[in-house]
This record gives sequence, C-alpha cells and structure tokens, in this order.
Amino acid sequence: MAIPMKVVEIEGPVAQVEEAGVRRAARVDLIEGVKVGDYVIVHAGVAIDRLDPEEAEETLRLFEEMMGPASRQAASQDEVT
Amino acid sequence: MADAGAIRNPELLRGLADRLRGMDGPPATLMEVCGTHTVVIARHGLREALPKGVRLISGPGCPVCVTPQEQIDHFIALGGLEGVTLATFGDMVRVPGTHRSLEQARAEGLELLVVYSPMDAVEEAARNPDRQIVFFGIGFETTAPAVAIAILEARQRRLGNFSVLCAHKLIPPAMMALVASYEKGQEASSCPTVEVDGFICPGHVSVVIGSDAYRPVAARGKPCVVAGFEPADVLAAVQMLLRQLAEGRSEVEVEYIRAVHPGGNRKAQEVLARVFRVADARWRGLGVISRSGYELAEEFAEFDAAKRFEVERPESKEPAGCRCGDVLRGAIDPPECSLFGSDCTPRRPVGSCMVSSEGACQAWYRYRGAADESG
Repeated sequence: MAIPMKVVEIEGPVAQVEEAGVRRAARVDLIEGVKVGDYVIVHAGVAIDRLDPEEAEETLRLFEEMMGPASRQAASQDEVT
Repeated sequence: MADAGAIRNPELLRGLADRLRGMDGPPATLMEVCGTHTVVIARHGLREALPKGVRLISGPGCPVCVTPQEQIDHFIALGGLEGVTLATFGDMVRVPGTHRSLEQARAEGLELLVVYSPMDAVEEAARNPDRQIVFFGIGFETTAPAVAIAILEARQRRLGNFSVLCAHKLIPPAMMALVASYEKGQEASSCPTVEVDGFICPGHVSVVIGSDAYRPVAARGKPCVVAGFEPADVLAAVQMLLRQLAEGRSEVEVEYIRAVHPGGNRKAQEVLARVFRVADARWRGLGVISRSGYELAEEFAEFDAAKRFEVERPESKEPAGCRCGDVLRGAIDPPECSLFGSDCTPRRPVGSCMVSSEGACQAWYRYRGAADESG
C-alpha cells in the first residue's frame, strides 16, 4: 500500500517522512529535486513520486463539475450553517 | 496534505454518488485492476452508488494473489537450506503453498523475517554476515523500484549474502492478455472470463509507468481511466468510464492527476531498466503471459536467489476447490466460490485471494454488508 507522506528531513538518498504523526525513513533517489515540505507517495520504503498540490485543486474542480449545480448549491448551504 | 481532507469530504462523496447513480446508459461491466481499489470499493460500499446495469469486477491486481504456487513453493524451499533467512512482506506469510505456508514452515524451524521494505532485508544482511538473506521480490511496477534500489544498495555495500527470488509482474501485459482472451471468444479460451467494457487502472503502478502505458489497451476498444485511492476518486473514475462508453470513445484518461503523468516517473523507469529484464511470467489464474514479468538483468545475476541456490522443489498444486484463478480473471465474484466464507475465511484461508489484505476474497468477506458510506 502506498501512502502520501510529507518530507521533513533529507540526508543523502534517505528522507524522514511523516504522516498523521508517524515518522519513518524513505529512500528519495527516484524523486528529482526533492525538498523538505514536498509530499511524496511512499511505497515499501521508497518514494515513487511527488504529489502536485495544484493538481489536487484541479481534482476538486473536476469533481465539482461532475456533480453539477445542484450539489454545489448544497455544499455552499453547508458552509453557511 | 492539502487535498486529502477536501477529497474525503462526505458531502462531495454523496454528490458524486448521487450523480453517478442517476446516470443513464447501457449495461456495462468495468474491471478495477488494482487490489487497493477493490478494498476501497468494498470498504466504502461503492457498489451502492453504481447506476442500474453497471457492474464492477476485480482483476489481477493483488500482488500476493497473482504470485503462482510454484514461485511460493520455490521460496519456501529456499528457506529449508542451511544458513538461509527468508525475508518477505507480511501479506505473503500465510499464503498456502502446495504443502505448507511460510507461517507453518516457520513453526517447523524456518527462519523468516517480515519486512516493510526490501531495504530492511538489506540491513538484515549487513547485520548478519553469517547468514544468507533471501528476499521474495513480488509485486508490480509499484514495488519493483524498491527492490531494484535494494539490489543496487547491496551491490554498493558488497553484501554477498543478500539475494532476491524475483517474481515481479507487469500490469499492462496482463490487461492485454485479458483483452486478447475476450477477442478470441469464450469457447476458444482455455481460461473463461467475463468480458469487461472498460478498465479502472491502478494509480500507483501508473505513477511509475505513466498513463501512456495503457494506450495499447484503449486502442483495442477498452477505455481506461487511471484512478486515485479515495472513494471519491473511484466514483469519479467510474463516471469518466461510463461517459467514454456513452460517447463511443476509447481513450486513456487520468483521474489521479495529482500523482500520475503520461510518461510516469522516468527515474524509476531508468532504475527498473538497469536492474531487471522483461521476461515471460506465470500468473496465478492467467497462466504464462508473454513479457509480463521481470527477471534480474545479467549484470545483477549474482543477486538472483534462483541462480545462487540449488534446491529441490515440490511438484506444485493449486489448493483443491480454490477458485482464486477465476476471481483474478474476473470470471466470478468471490461469493460464487463454494469455499467462500465457509471453508475459506481470512482466519483459515485456502487461497491467496482470501489471505492478502488486497485480495478480492478478503475484501468481499471483510466488508460484507458494509454500511453504505457513499450516501
């Protein structure tokens, strides 16, 4: 199972990554230009990719579009209450 | 992660489920290829959100499940050799081999180390120069890069006591084999299956290989959508597939855009190409598929446990009555197996699909009657 984790420290090919208070070591050899603060997908102790926050926003826009106006209205009512 | 909370918003999930449920269209059978998707679908009761006539079936995407009996038997046999410690992912420990599982063999004295990462096995080798550490290299393109890095690390540290029994499998060739079996027709096929109309493609395999890898599948008339692992991702992917079918398109689309790119992770692909060589591979339930697995490249042959150790292997046999193979091809849903839930449960599993946390049988069993959280 691969999970998104935040890079909090990097030393050579090994980074400390964190998710929900769990910290562990992960190899970051496969991530071009990895830096502290990046979110990476970690699988079997190796980061296999970086997650793109802008594309995450885009995903939400895609979902909104799929739901159409009715549910958008429901969502904004939720915000008011 | 900025997106996780927002994408898990129940309101959003309900909206997507309502919209999906209300979609019109002809009947369709969609396959979720990846075992992690199978679990998400079962845990969140996502079948409840499908429009009438739309069916989701599981595919050959659970790494432990597709590992054939003979490779499991081979690995267990290696553990019988003097001075050998086996290392594997936890999901493999209880999978029944022809005569025993790793767990049973451990009770009889086999040395077994359960690891989270292949790097843990490399560290074990470094700490125990007197023992041979053999790691079971199972899994798809998601896991293979980690094993490749472990092999490179072992070589750099000159660890002559680390090796890998390489059983990695590749997803697109398995999908192509399924598509070819539909084209041949059920009568001509030795492995009957149910023809699917479109594929939900694995998210994290695709992170590595890129979404372009499914173009040959789409070109054969089966639309593909690469999906993420939140329930909303899966519902969105189903909607995208149904839209393609309704519009008569057969393309590769990516729902999991926050992680997957058309070309994948080039650095990971370079490491894979360096350490492994594509080879024919046997899959549980699908038989031998041409160029669907990895073996170690010539340059790394010294790390190949199959070459390093001569060992007598038993004649491998599938467990009697087990229909894992049919489940892995999508030919039946798990409850259609007569052992399901009676003679085969997660506590006393007969087949690999009931053992693995990503197996379709275990997912169906664990989440039977799961509350419909999707609205």
